[in-house]
Amino acid sequence: MSALKSWLQRPWFGPLLALVCVYTLFASLTPDTFLRSLNLVTMLRQTVVVAIAAVGMALIIIHGGIDLSVGSTVALTTVVAAKCLQGGAGPATTVLTALALGALAGALNGGLVVGLRIAPFIATLGTMSALRGIAKGLADEQKIDAPARGLDSWMAIVPGERLVPYGVWLALAAAVVCALLLGYTRLGRHAVAVGSNELTARLCGVPVARVRLTIYALGGLLAGLSGVLEFSTLTVGDPTDSVGLELEAIAAVVIGGGSLSGGQGSVAGTLIGALLLTVIKAGCTHLGMPNWIQEILTGFIIVVAMTLDRVRQATRD
Amino acid sequence: MRLELSGVRKSFGVTLALGDVSLRASFGAVHAVLGENGAGKSTLMKLLSGAERPDGGELLLDGAAFRPATPEDARQRGVSIVYQEPLFCADLTVRENILLGSEPTRNLFIDARRSRELAGRALERVGVAGGFGLDTPLRRLSPADRQLVSIARALSNDDCKVLILDEPTSALTGADTERLFEIVRTLSARGTTVLYISHFLEEVERIASEYTVLRDGRSVAAGKVAETTKSELVSLMAGRNVTELFPRSVRTPGPTALEIRDLSGRRLPKQATLVLRRGEVLGIAGLVGSGRTELLRTIYGLDPRRAGQVLVAGTAVAAAPVALAARKVGLLSEDRKGEGLAESLSIAENVTLSGTGRLGPWGLALPATSRSAATRWIGKLAIRCRGAEQRVRALSGGNQQKVALSRLLEQDVDVLLLDEPTRGIDVGSRADIYRLIDELAGQGKAVLMVSSYLPELVGICDRIAVMVRGSLGPARPVHEWTEHALLLEATG
Repeated sequence: MSALKSWLQRPWFGPLLALVCVYTLFASLTPDTFLRSLNLVTMLRQTVVVAIAAVGMALIIIHGGIDLSVGSTVALTTVVAAKCLQGGAGPATTVLTALALGALAGALNGGLVVGLRIAPFIATLGTMSALRGIAKGLADEQKIDAPARGLDSWMAIVPGERLVPYGVWLALAAAVVCALLLGYTRLGRHAVAVGSNELTARLCGVPVARVRLTIYALGGLLAGLSGVLEFSTLTVGDPTDSVGLELEAIAAVVIGGGSLSGGQGSVAGTLIGALLLTVIKAGCTHLGMPNWIQEILTGFIIVVAMTLDRVRQATRD
Repeated sequence: MRLELSGVRKSFGVTLALGDVSLRASFGAVHAVLGENGAGKSTLMKLLSGAERPDGGELLLDGAAFRPATPEDARQRGVSIVYQEPLFCADLTVRENILLGSEPTRNLFIDARRSRELAGRALERVGVAGGFGLDTPLRRLSPADRQLVSIARALSNDDCKVLILDEPTSALTGADTERLFEIVRTLSARGTTVLYISHFLEEVERIASEYTVLRDGRSVAAGKVAETTKSELVSLMAGRNVTELFPRSVRTPGPTALEIRDLSGRRLPKQATLVLRRGEVLGIAGLVGSGRTELLRTIYGLDPRRAGQVLVAGTAVAAAPVALAARKVGLLSEDRKGEGLAESLSIAENVTLSGTGRLGPWGLALPATSRSAATRWIGKLAIRCRGAEQRVRALSGGNQQKVALSRLLEQDVDVLLLDEPTRGIDVGSRADIYRLIDELAGQGKAVLMVSSYLPELVGICDRIAVMVRGSLGPARPVHEWTEHALLLEATG
C-alpha cells in the first residue's frame, strides 16, 4: 500500500499514466498499423532529438532558468557538423567539435545570466536570434550537403539487422547520466537548491554562479548532442532547422512535472513528456488527421497535464 | 571571552550601517543583542556569519582574529546563524537542507550513508526524536519544525562555538518556544555561546544572561540582564523614555460597523460570531494556527466562505475582496513581503495601489497625484525614507508596515482588519502604530486586530476575544482580561 502511495507521489506518475492512456487510445483506433514494432521504433527515433534537448532543458528549468536558444543551437550544430565533414574532418572530430560548440553556446548563455545578470528568458532570447543568424551566415542561407562519413548510421533503422538506432540508446544513456547527476551529485542537488530558493542556497554556501554556469553549459552540450543526431537524421546542415524545438523541449519538461519557477522536475518525467508529444503526433498521422488537429491536441494535453499537476500539488501539501 | 568585537564598522554605499560596535560574549553565555529595527543588528549578524565583510574594526573568536569570507567559512570556524525567516529549500529533503553546501561526497556522488549519519546527528542535537524523517520534503513540515531543521543545520558543524538566533520565536507558538528555550539552555550548558536577537524583552529576561544594546549602528550599552529592567532596556533601545507606549484616548463606541454571523471557512475558522462598532478596537488573541489569520481572510473573501454572513454597516456583503473594499473595509496582511506590499514598486505606487481613489482626470493615473498622496502619508505617519519614489523593498520593516497602513488610509476605509500589525518591527515604529490605531478609533473608524503579542492587545484594545482551535470566543471588555488569562484561554 505504501509502495503504491509512493509511486502515486512520484512527479512522473501522472505523465506516465497520460502516456499509457494516449497510447492505448491510438492503439485501439488503429491497431493494425500503430502496434507494429516498426512504428514503435519510428516513434522512439522521432523522439530522440527532442528528448535530448528536453533533458538539457530539464536541468536548466530545475535550476530556475530557461533556454530559448536550443533550436538555434541545434541548427547551428548541424551546419557546423556539415561544414566540418565537407572540409574533410573525420566523424570523431566532427562530433567533438559539435559538442564543444553546443557547450560553448550554453556557457555563453550562462555567462550572460551570471556575469551580466540578464534574466534568462531575455538572455537566451538574444542568443536564440544571434545563433540562428550565425548559422545562416555560415551556411550562406542554404542547406549544406556533406558526406555523412557514417554519421547517418546513428539514426538509421536497418530492418532485420538493427531495429533500434544507436541514437535511441545514446539518448537513453544521456538521460541516465543526467538523472544520476541531478539526484546523487553535489552539482545536481545544488542545482535543485538554487532553483528552489536561490537566496537560501547562496547563504548556505552553494557556489550559485558556478552552478548556473555549469548547468547552462551542460544544457548547451546536450543541445549540441541533439544537433549531431539531428544532422545524422537529415544528413545535411540546415540553418533553418528546428525552429520552435525549444518550445517542444519546454513542453516536455513541464508535462513531466517541471515547474517554470524552478526546484521541481525530473529527467524521467521529461522523457515521458517528450514521448507523449511524439505519440500524439504519430497517432494523429496514423488516423490521417491534419497537422492543425495535432497542434490543438498537443496544446490541450499540456494544459490538462498542468491542471492535474496543480491538483496533485494541492492534495500533497 | 568567546567573542570580542571592537570598533566594527560597515557601510553600504553612502549608508553607514554600523558606526562603532563593540560586543563581548562569554563562553556558554546566552547573549541578547537588542535594538530597534535599523539599529544594525542584522548587519552585525551578517558580518559574523560571513555573509558580508566588515570595513574595519577588530573581531576575535576565542582570542584569534575572525574574518570569515563566506557563510561556509564562518561555519567551518564554528559560527552558525539561524535566520528570522528560517531559510530552506522547500523542494529538498530535511537531510539535504541540513547539509546544503557541505554535502559529503565519495567519488563523484554524494555519500548517502555518511550524509544520513551527519544529518541524523545534527537533528539529535536539537533533540528531535521523530515526528519527521530525514527524507521528508521540507515543504511538508510546519514552520516550527522548519526552524528546528534550520537550527540542526547550524549545529551540523561538530564544533559549533557561536550560534546566532535571529528573532527565533517570531513564528513559534508557546509550546514550541519552550522547546526552543530548552535547546538553547542545553547548548549553552555545553559551552556554545548563543547570540540571541529578539524584540520580545520578556523572552530576553527569561533566557539571556548578558546583553548588548545597539542604536543607530553603535553599541550604546552592555551588561548583565539580571542587573537591569525591561523599561531601562526599552529606553536604551529607543534612546528616549518611551512613555505611554500604549496610548488610549477616550473612545465612544458608535453604531455597528461590521457584524460576523456564524462564519466558517473551508478548514478554518470553524465558527466565528462578533460585532465590531465604530470607534472601537477589538482584539483577537489565540495561538498560531488557531485560525485567526484565516478568520480575517475569510471575512475579507480571500479564503472561501463555507457558511455564515458578513454584514458591513448592516448590509450583507458577498465574499469577495472587491465587494468589501467597495464597502470601505481594508485588510492589512500579516505577510508583508508576500502579500501586503508590492516590494519592487515605490512608496507612491503602493500607497495608491487599491485603485479606489481618484488619481487624475478622465480615469488617468497620474504619477504626480500618487506622489503627493504618498508624501502626505509619509509626513503624517513619520515614514523614514528618501521620498515617495523610493522602493518599498529598501525600507525597514517598521516603515514598510507604515506604508501598508497608508494604503488602507488612502483607501479611506472605515473598517480596518489588521493582522499582526506590529510583527517584526522596532519599538519606535510600534509606538507610532499604536498611536495611529488609537487616533483612528478616535475618528470613529472600527479596528479588528489579530495579534500574538499579548501586552499590545491588553494595551490598546477595548475588547478582546480569544480564538481556540478555529472557534472564536465571546469578546469581553479589556479590563476583564490579563495576559495570563488570555494565555490560559488560548491554550485551553
